[in-house]
Amino acid sequence: MERITKEQIRHVANLARLELKEEEIAHFGEQLDDIIDAAEQLNELSTDNVEPTSHVIDVRNVMREDKTKPSLSNEDAMRNVPETEKGQVRVPSVLE
Amino acid sequence: MSFETVIGLEVHVELKTNSKIFCSCAVEFGAPPNTHTCPVCLGHPGVLPVLNRQAVDYAMKASMALNCEIAEVTKFDRKNYFYPDNPKAYQISQFDKPIGEHGWIDIEVDGEKKRIGITRVHMEEDAGKLTHDDESGHSLVDYNRVGTPLIEIVSEPDIRTPQEAYAYLEKLKAIMQYTEVSDCKMEEGSLRCDANISLRPTGQVEFGTKAELKNLNSFMHVLKGLEHEEERQAEVLSDGGVIEQETRRWDDSAKKTILMRVKEGSDDYRYFPDPDLENLYIEKEWKERVEASIPELPDARKARYVKKYDLPSYDADVLTQQKAMSDFFEEGLELGGPAKQLSNWLMGEVNAYLNQEGKEIQDIPMTPKALVGMIQLIEKGTISSKIAKQVFKELIENGGDPEKIVEDKGLVQISDEGAIRGMVNEALDNNSQSVEDYKSGKGKAIGFLVGQVMKASKGKANPQLVNQLLKEELDKR
Amino acid sequence: MEAFDYSLKELHEQLVNKETTIEKLVRQSFDRIKEVDEKVGAFLTLDEENAIARAKDLDKQLENGELDEGNILFGLPVGIKDNMVTKGLRTTAASKILENFVPVHDATVVEKLRDAGTVTVGKLNMDEFAMGSSNENSAYKIVHNPWHLDYVPGGSSGGSAAAVAAREVPFALGSDTGGSVRQPASYCGVVGLKPTYGRVSRFGLIAFASSLDQIGPMTTSVEDNAYVLQKIAGHDERDSTSAHVEVPDYLAALTGEVKGLRIGVPKEYLGEGVSEGVREKVVEALEVLKELGAEWEEVSIPHAKYSLSAYYMLASSEASSNLARFDGIRYGVRHTGDNLIDTYKKSRSEGFGDEVKRRIMLGTFALSSGYYDAYYLKAQKVRTLIKQDFEDLFLKYDVIIGPTAPTTAFKLGEAVDDPMTMYVNDILTNQINLAGVPAISVPCGLSEGLPVGLQIIGKHFDEATVFRVAHAYEQATEHHLEKPQFKGGADS
Repeated sequence: MERITKEQIRHVANLARLELKEEEIAHFGEQLDDIIDAAEQLNELSTDNVEPTSHVIDVRNVMREDKTKPSLSNEDAMRNVPETEKGQVRVPSVLE
Repeated sequence: MSFETVIGLEVHVELKTNSKIFCSCAVEFGAPPNTHTCPVCLGHPGVLPVLNRQAVDYAMKASMALNCEIAEVTKFDRKNYFYPDNPKAYQISQFDKPIGEHGWIDIEVDGEKKRIGITRVHMEEDAGKLTHDDESGHSLVDYNRVGTPLIEIVSEPDIRTPQEAYAYLEKLKAIMQYTEVSDCKMEEGSLRCDANISLRPTGQVEFGTKAELKNLNSFMHVLKGLEHEEERQAEVLSDGGVIEQETRRWDDSAKKTILMRVKEGSDDYRYFPDPDLENLYIEKEWKERVEASIPELPDARKARYVKKYDLPSYDADVLTQQKAMSDFFEEGLELGGPAKQLSNWLMGEVNAYLNQEGKEIQDIPMTPKALVGMIQLIEKGTISSKIAKQVFKELIENGGDPEKIVEDKGLVQISDEGAIRGMVNEALDNNSQSVEDYKSGKGKAIGFLVGQVMKASKGKANPQLVNQLLKEELDKR
Repeated sequence: MEAFDYSLKELHEQLVNKETTIEKLVRQSFDRIKEVDEKVGAFLTLDEENAIARAKDLDKQLENGELDEGNILFGLPVGIKDNMVTKGLRTTAASKILENFVPVHDATVVEKLRDAGTVTVGKLNMDEFAMGSSNENSAYKIVHNPWHLDYVPGGSSGGSAAAVAAREVPFALGSDTGGSVRQPASYCGVVGLKPTYGRVSRFGLIAFASSLDQIGPMTTSVEDNAYVLQKIAGHDERDSTSAHVEVPDYLAALTGEVKGLRIGVPKEYLGEGVSEGVREKVVEALEVLKELGAEWEEVSIPHAKYSLSAYYMLASSEASSNLARFDGIRYGVRHTGDNLIDTYKKSRSEGFGDEVKRRIMLGTFALSSGYYDAYYLKAQKVRTLIKQDFEDLFLKYDVIIGPTAPTTAFKLGEAVDDPMTMYVNDILTNQINLAGVPAISVPCGLSEGLPVGLQIIGKHFDEATVFRVAHAYEQATEHHLEKPQFKGGADS
């Protein structure tokens, strides 16, 4: 049973910025299909009047005061950056 | 075929908090690149956001000032997309429960009032700044701006002309400045605007396909960009063409909009509630506290100026457009300045100077106290309104105390009857032709004679007294 | 006896009585690592030089009498799972994409342990980004179960569990999103706690699924576990989801007293899918508790069978977003492509392993336009039902008890590319994360030479009762004294 097409797999991979080879598309496709198929079981449950839980513990209105703290030095901020230039992060051109 | 234009605006306003929305880095424009960052705003592995209370207060205040309903429960969602200026590859924003909804503001174009609906006001974090390095052909990212608190204000598609869009933005900016949630400097990016515009045949209910305009760096660019786009779309449609759903940018040097990209389907941002941030429950006391901090807004001020000080509606409008101008006026009133004269000076000489110099009222050295003092010197007859212009020039350029300027430069008006009578008779003696003209019924001749007396007094003679004494002396001859 | 056959308290007393020094303890840890870790594979990164320097420093403090006698952890070596950031010490989450990542700050738990005077000896192996149940998803090396080297240690905190079981360190930190502390604790015969969601700060824990992740101690006894939780628990202003709930004295809870305790045993936890050997050990354990004066009866968790699917939908969705930041731009390994998008795709495709990709794909799909309501939102609603199931049971029972995992450790390579089989390992643990309640795994004997774990589940923020029951059981038995013998492997 196919719930997710190869086209969808390609679309999802693109959204997630993953490059999949043809055989990976087929392989992952099958595995995702199984997982999603199993998840169909959730539809047995009627959840019309059930609130979704995104936070399991009821904590509310967590905020901090508007106070500043020292930032990292430019050197520390750039420490793990693969490519830097002029104290900035260098990336392939964003212009198309 | 005639078309109706439909415009909707999305305005981003940076809130002027001390620290960023989810971390404690300072918000500061113009700092050296990547010196206002920390693991949290850089999106390092393992970090978590903690919400800045002041940002919420400001967002709520702005929403209230825009007549929005404030949500009882509001929350943050993740908007997922990859871009180098977006360090976590998701932006923390608000999706289905924004802090404010269903607001409006009133605008006026050519004397006509109109109410523009506001769909929503939501909070989010700003992105970093990308620049292109021509030398290397790469792009460079500065993350200082990441995490600056923003509100996005989305209008209903109620705007019908570029002029209305302009008026809407002016009013929106005024409200943001009055509430002091932002300094709204477009040149520093603390106020940014995207515009959606579509045309539909007059009478049609469905909207046409819209284009999104970006890179609008001033209200004037918004106006021009929309005007151009209105024309472009009308041309395409009149020629039987179709409008593509696309993003265009305003090129101010070419004076036209330029295609950036055609939108293929809708973007899939995969919004979902951010599990790292807890819901906000906005209770009555919180709302009341914020509400109490909202000052008198431009519309209310304007109405008060018209009603209490009898100012023309137009004048009241100009005075209240900029908070700083209005505050100047208010301070002048408090110091006992007469409303009408204060307004005239601000609308006239002050505005002319500011426009000419490209300055804001907060940039000039003249204080409200000085302007009021000068007006009072005129009213008391110490200086003539002609002399006042000299005093004003000194005040607006260099500041100082008007009385001292008048004294130091010897500008006090001559109101001594004897002295003026002497000057009058001298003028009459020297200009017998004008005396004759006056006698033969040419009333105009008196103007020339006044001028002669004023000249003789170096402009300091009291003009009313000069007029009065001239008539007396002429009658004697 | 090996150095770390002693309890934390005994080690502390040895330090106080000057029978040993911190430097000695730390060196013993490195010696043991050198002796057995080639076989076990628990550590990814060692920090020997710094650890010994720190040990010498702390010894000086000891000599100067700067020892807080109540601070049991002072001077003790610890291993940290490699998904908790350590300032200046490489942190990879067992992923290629973070091969060169050196954090510029410490996780809150790391800071707390350092303030307590512990010495970090190194970073522990795990499934890449904590995704897995066998530790076979580490991008660097496999971890072997010290009880039998041909078997998995469990996952994702497999390195932490194996290092403690092999006595390479006296205690370690793990993290638990769907069972990642408890299941490897069960497989390796050690004690592992998943605290209540919000009990321990997540700041500095590389997020897998933010609404489920919790850091927990892994030790050889319940008492040791309580000592560690005592130090790492509590509100943290840097974690908005950390709770403002008072941290009680966990040691005071270890009374050995369980008379009148009401235990619920869900029939779903001893039913289909649970191996006979495991069931037998769990029933024996329940009998021990009964003899101690507790009462147990069979109960039901009506929505238990839905937890696996709900868990994988929610955890994968959150993960797809949490792992988006690993894009080769600001840190980690960049694989430059022809353009920006290509660079993203290359960096992420080269950097992530299959299981991580699989879950990112699943999560991206579940959140994508048109599927959100059917999968993500539906799973969130089912989560509400599961949470209610637990709340209902806790009205009547003090704790809920069952096995930690349906089986004992399985053989390496058995289920590596079979996600559905692998996921079933979590079936008894992930619903506890969905409900946010605390649970511990304690050894309850061997089945065919491999350890079985007993899972004790408590009410929100009631780790004290969980510890009390686990401790009473442990003290009444000798399972926790049994040690792994490093069977199998190249020698077999």
